[in-house]
Order: sequence, then C-alpha cells, then structure tokens
Amino acid sequence: MKIKPVLSHILLITVSILSVFPFLWLISTSLKGGAENIFAYPPNFIPQDFTLENYTGVWAKVDFLKYFFNSAVVAFFTVILNLLFSSMAAYPLARMEFKGKRIAFFAILATIMIPFQAVMLPVYLIILNLNLIDTAGPIQGYLGLILPFAVSAFGIFLMRQAFLSIPKEMEEAAIIDGCNSIQIFFKVLLPMVKPTLAILAIFTFIGSWGEFLWPSIVLSEEKMFTLPVGINNLQGIFSSNWRYIAAGSVISIIPIIVFFLSLQRYFITGQNEGAVKG
Amino acid sequence: MYKFFGKYVPYLFLVPALVLLGIFFFIPFVQTLGLSFYDYSENLYNPVFAGLGNYFTVFKDPVFIKVLLNTFVFLVVVVPFLTIFPLFLAILVNQKLRGMKLYKVLIYLPVVVSIVVCAIAFKWIYAEHGIFNYFLSVFGLNPVGWLTDTRYSLFSVALVTIWKGIGYYMVIYLAALMSVPEELYEACEIDGANSWQKHLTVTVPHLIPTIALVSTISAISAMKVFAEIYVMTKGGPLNSSKTIVYYIYERAFENLDLGMASAMAVILLVIVLILSAINIFCFERDKYRI
Repeated sequence: MKIKPVLSHILLITVSILSVFPFLWLISTSLKGGAENIFAYPPNFIPQDFTLENYTGVWAKVDFLKYFFNSAVVAFFTVILNLLFSSMAAYPLARMEFKGKRIAFFAILATIMIPFQAVMLPVYLIILNLNLIDTAGPIQGYLGLILPFAVSAFGIFLMRQAFLSIPKEMEEAAIIDGCNSIQIFFKVLLPMVKPTLAILAIFTFIGSWGEFLWPSIVLSEEKMFTLPVGINNLQGIFSSNWRYIAAGSVISIIPIIVFFLSLQRYFITGQNEGAVKG
Repeated sequence: MYKFFGKYVPYLFLVPALVLLGIFFFIPFVQTLGLSFYDYSENLYNPVFAGLGNYFTVFKDPVFIKVLLNTFVFLVVVVPFLTIFPLFLAILVNQKLRGMKLYKVLIYLPVVVSIVVCAIAFKWIYAEHGIFNYFLSVFGLNPVGWLTDTRYSLFSVALVTIWKGIGYYMVIYLAALMSVPEELYEACEIDGANSWQKHLTVTVPHLIPTIALVSTISAISAMKVFAEIYVMTKGGPLNSSKTIVYYIYERAFENLDLGMASAMAVILLVIVLILSAINIFCFERDKYRI
C-alpha cells in the first residue's frame, strides 16, 4: 500500500510549502523597512532592511487589544451557549419519547438546510427591531453578534449522535439511584460526551473567531470591531502601505495559530469524523 | 418539584434551542419569502405588493444573469478540485512514514486562519508587482491583472477558496480511510497490483460515499462564497467576480432594494436546499435518522 516514499515526501513538501507560503510572505513583508523595495524583482524572502517598526507602528495606530477582546467575548459566549443549548436540545431527541418529537426533529433538521446567507436580511431587521446593535451600547452589540449563532442544528445533531452512543444501562442505573432527568443529564450524560463537547467547542470557536459576513453587516462602531472586521479595515486605513497591513495581519493570526497548534490532534486525526459541516 | 415538571422535561430542554432557531431561522425564512413579493425600489418605507414582480426583475437583470453564471463557473472550478485533490493528499499522508503529522498540520493551517487574512495574503501575492507576476516575468511573460482583469478575477478568487479548503476535506477523507479494511489491500497485493492500482481498485470504490459527501458539501460552501470577494475584488471589475451572496449583500445592504435582494435570496435558498437535501437523505442518512 506504500507509494514510493521519496515521491510521497516530494509531493507533500511541495503542498505543505504552498499551504503556508502566503503567510510566510506576509511575515517577510511585515519585517521589511522603508529602505527596502517590497516590490523588488526578484523578491527577497529574507528581509534586507530588517525592522520591527511596522509592528510598533501599526500597534500604535490600531487598537488590536480591543479587537482581540471583542472577538474573544463573542467567541467565548457563542461557544458556551452552543454547548449548553445544543446538548440540552439533543438530550430529549436522543433519549426520550414525547408528543411532537418528530415535529421538533424535522424542524431542527430543516434549519440545517437553510443557509444563513439567504435569511441574513430579515435576521438583520429582527436584530434592529430588538435594538441589539452596537450603537445602542456594547452589551447590545455583543448580543447582536452572539445570539444568531448561539445554537446550531449542526451542533444539536452532533450531540444527539454522542448521546445515542451511550448505553441505556447508564441511565437505568442512575434512575435506580434516584436521579431525575435533570440530574441524569448534568451528572451522568454530559460527563460521558466530553470528547464530543470538545469537538463542538473547538469548531464553534474557529467559526466564530473567523466570522466576517455577519459582523461586517451589524457593526458600525470601530470600538466594537471583531478581528476579521478590524483587519479588513486596515486596507482602508493604510491604503497601500503593505508593510503595515502585513504586520497587522500577522499580529491578528497569532492567537488562532497558537490555539490550533496546541489542539492540533483534534483537527487532524480524523477524530472529528462527525464534525462535517456543509 | 421534579414531579411537577416531569412530563414537561423534554420540552424544557428543547425550548432554548427552538426559540433561537425560531427567531433566527424560521421567522427570517418566512420573512424572506414575504419580502420577495414586495417592491421596495420606489419607496423603502412604503413597499407595494408586487407578486412575482421581483422574480421577473431579477431574471431580466443582466447583472443577475452574469452573477448566476459566475456562481456556476465558480462551482465548476472549485468543487472537482476540492473533491479530488484532498483525496489524493489524504492517501499520501495516510502512509506510515516520517513527518506525516507535520504535513497534516501545515496543510490544515489555512483552514483555521480567518478568511479575511487569507484573502489579504493572496491580494498581496496577486499585486501588480507581486510574486505571481514575478514568476510570469521569469518565463518572459507579461504581467497579469490577477484581480483587475475581467478574464482572471473570478479564477483568482476561486484559487483562494480552493487553497483554504484543501486541508478541511483532506481530514474528512483521512477519517474515511481508516475504515477501509486492510485485507482488501492484501488481496490486491497477491494479485500483483502496484500501489496506484491498489488505490484505484480498493480505496476509491470504498470511498465513493465520502467522495459524494465532499462534493456536495464543497458545492454548498462554494454557493455561499462571500468574504474572499468582499476583501479582494468587491465583485469587480465589471461584475466579473461577483457571485450570488455578494450580489444579495450589495442589493440588500448597499442599495436597500429589499424586495429584489429577497427574491435572489429565495433562489439561493432553493439551490442550497436541493444540495443539502441530497446530502442529508443520501449521504448522511444514518446521522439524521430519527
């Protein structure tokens, strides 16, 4: 089943380089000083006029900490609410018989097929009506960013699969011990689906942290910008100063790279088999 | 207290999710249909009922026809590539050789980085005096306006979508490869097949359901492409890289033509609904069985 090892390595090294090259090129540009032509042919991958001035310059002009903070608040609460609401909704769907179960099941399944992009306009009108926009205040602004993504049908089905795989005997034992449904959920079932919760948390976090369309629709105040909106805005502030734009972009991806590298086994080992999102 | 709630327990657990999905999916879904029957183009605050008028307007709009065509071309470019190439990579990276973990991490990296930064990085590569034009000059070719030439802009955007998606689909294939029984390869080896023949006769047929799954989910996400276009081209030049979600965004939030935007949203909805239904009822049936 082996393909020639040398050929495999050559192909994979090439693809790996192509995968990271755009980021390396941004880093290279961000480290070049004013004395070096960033448009030089042939291009210099190693900066000739090495400097960190672009970083200090862009850091002084743009409030990155504010963007980080906003993104962190939005991502944190989006993850927490998704974990809670998705697993809560998944529990009766996986474990109980009740009137209207089929209706609830198919209603949730239907929302998996509705793309957010097709309903974003009414969602925006609803958010306006509820006054959950940044001009009304930071709390309202955060809520407007969080609530439309606070639960996903995808998450509910992911958790339902996890609950289905737990043997019924676990619950029966808990019932004999005198547990009620609420205790069974929090004390017996949730601890057993921790790996799935971790996967849901990680993928929800990545999605929320990188989300661009929705925040760019609802946000109007710069102090409420999340990272992607703020980074896109750099293009407007520094028009063609690519040294600053590159430095700002590099600053913005450090947290997510650290996050990815420390949790990489969740991403690349195929443990996330169930986490396929259309 | 528990006795009192007893038979309501399932509903209590479902309420938060159903309320949120109701407010942010069902009501907007109905509203999108409703808005699409009203004409907002004359007066934003006093729309008039137009029946199917917006749909006629949409299909008579040359920009929308262009946008539909662009979206179709985008799909035709992106989907086959994201379906086939990640499978090839997954087979390569699934071997027991040194360094495979590092390759997986590096190839997956673009998946986790915000699309905005990815698009900015490519904008820099596509620049007039950027890296791509340098490579052309090495071969004595004239520079190309990767994002500013109507002939290339859509394909330049598609390349970013492909580049960012490869790792994601590779991992889906990796998970599926684990389920291919080892004995099948051994049987093949006895027949004297070489490694490529083995993968063609064993791996690929075994992975047909996954290949079908990847092709539909990559098609669904290609239908929704937005950020790459917003950051790199704003749909230009001359609408050459404008796809359906970008045009809906433009009509809804820049031109405030809510009726026409909603009619286009309904068209998007129908297309994605069909793709999702294929996916759910054919390829992921087990996951969605009540």
